[in-house]
Amino acid sequence: MTLFNALPGACAQGLIWGIMAIGVYITYKILDLADLTVDGTMCTGGAVCIIFMLNGHSVGVSLFAAFIAGMLAGLVTGIFHTAMGIPAILAGILTQLGLYSINLRIMGGKANQAISVDKYDLLVSLRYVKGVAFYKNTIFVAALIIVILIAILYWFFGTEIGCSIRATGSNQNMSRAQGIDTDFTKILGLMLSNGIVAFASGLYAQYQGFADVNAGRGAIVIGLAAVIIGEVVFGKISQNFGFKLFSVAFGAIIYYLVLQIVLWMGLNSNDLKLLSALVVAVFLAIPYMKGKYFSKPVKRGGAPRA
Amino acid sequence: MLDLHNIYKTFNAGTVNEKTALNGLNLHLNEGDFVTVIGGNGAGKSTMLNAVAGTWFVDEGTITIDDIDVTKLPEHKRAKYLGRVFQDPMTGTAATMQIEENMALAARRGMVRSLRKGITAKEREFYREQLKILGLGLEDRLTSKVGLLSGGQRQALTLLMATLKKPRLLLLDEHTAALDPKTAAKVLETTDKIVNSEHLTTLMITHNMRDAIAHGNRLIMMNAGHVIYDVAGEEKKHLTVQDLLAKFEEAAGGELANDRMILS
Repeated sequence: MTLFNALPGACAQGLIWGIMAIGVYITYKILDLADLTVDGTMCTGGAVCIIFMLNGHSVGVSLFAAFIAGMLAGLVTGIFHTAMGIPAILAGILTQLGLYSINLRIMGGKANQAISVDKYDLLVSLRYVKGVAFYKNTIFVAALIIVILIAILYWFFGTEIGCSIRATGSNQNMSRAQGIDTDFTKILGLMLSNGIVAFASGLYAQYQGFADVNAGRGAIVIGLAAVIIGEVVFGKISQNFGFKLFSVAFGAIIYYLVLQIVLWMGLNSNDLKLLSALVVAVFLAIPYMKGKYFSKPVKRGGAPRA
Repeated sequence: MLDLHNIYKTFNAGTVNEKTALNGLNLHLNEGDFVTVIGGNGAGKSTMLNAVAGTWFVDEGTITIDDIDVTKLPEHKRAKYLGRVFQDPMTGTAATMQIEENMALAARRGMVRSLRKGITAKEREFYREQLKILGLGLEDRLTSKVGLLSGGQRQALTLLMATLKKPRLLLLDEHTAALDPKTAAKVLETTDKIVNSEHLTTLMITHNMRDAIAHGNRLIMMNAGHVIYDVAGEEKKHLTVQDLLAKFEEAAGGELANDRMILS
């Protein structure tokens, strides 16, 4: 029965990581950049949020501060990448490394900062998963946040600015020819993405009851796992943008449920990261290997191209 | 309206791959000129177009459009004045976006993009009407992803997008070279139709001498990074492929440099 008891918690964690994965989706799928900054921002957000709360700010202000902190991290990566011409992956790694020191500074030089669910009014917590009113239940709260977030993003990526970000990810040459400042749109996308990740990080720190300097390690892999699982499982159903974002969130939930099951089956929790890396590697490889090794030749008509 | 004054551009300067692509290029376009550009590989045709478009900055010289000095203006700001169609059909459109979304992006060329709707219902009807001009049935596929279209369809769409918001200058960089002959002819026909009805000032690169003669009111030949032959009006109308070949051999010092010149 331990598995059954653990499932609500896995679901809640999955939802919080689902928010984070939506942030990853913006860079990885929409902007077509692999942004590793998130390994740093997935800690920064929590650190900022917890420190703000410990200093007496409300949970709303604290989460907003986390969001802003994440946006600043995205701005740094964006400047590294566009103004300084550093490849996106490397720019992200640089910011992420720098953030490690900054995260320690934010937390007053300590590797972690705890916050008590009894003394502070937290929005989400692992204590709020069972036996609380439904509107206080973390699963409900996180799900509601996801719905609101997706509604906002659905609107935003339908605006002129949002469309120009999508165009940048799709075809930079075309975008510039249509008068889009692709440096600006890339920076904007990175800021939005990291802001969302830091917001999720703020929630996650509350959920766990502490911010930890290692909280973000491997975050990008979990985010990618959610994006890819969502795509593989739900990709064929609809091409609607809002639906795609929901499938990312569901991907994160599936990831955490599967994780819980393999732990229940006796996997050593130290081996989790290895498992995650392998799962993501396999899913990333599937489309390529399918095309390369299992494709049937298609007869093409018409004249050969000059 | 377009003035290229004494333009120089060298790639990979100071290395073994150094290549002077534009070498003292001067060109003046009058309002309404439809100029076809021919020349061998490496003559500097595409480089000239990219210099105008601002893909990179030139080493020397000035570029003015409508008396505005755009020499130091970045590519996305120059886009305000320019409609562009590229050689590669994949370059001119965003494959993962819908036809109508692509058109909406093009319709906002040179405008400030804000948090207004990326595409409105009213625009959609306008795009449907515009797509009918192409005669490819795309007006019924507004929400199809552009990646699903054929090269010819994409190129026709790019052409339409380039002229959706009337450009001061239309740049066509061998926009039919990657298409099969039938599709190429169709795209060229559409080009003529749009350019003539909108009275667009146009620079069109082509490798096909016949096309160069048949289209436009003026023809220039480039070699070694500058214009070596410039002909317009009646004289251009009576040109033959043989005339051009002779000119070309003269310029290239007797060696017929280029197998991509299509003589048929």
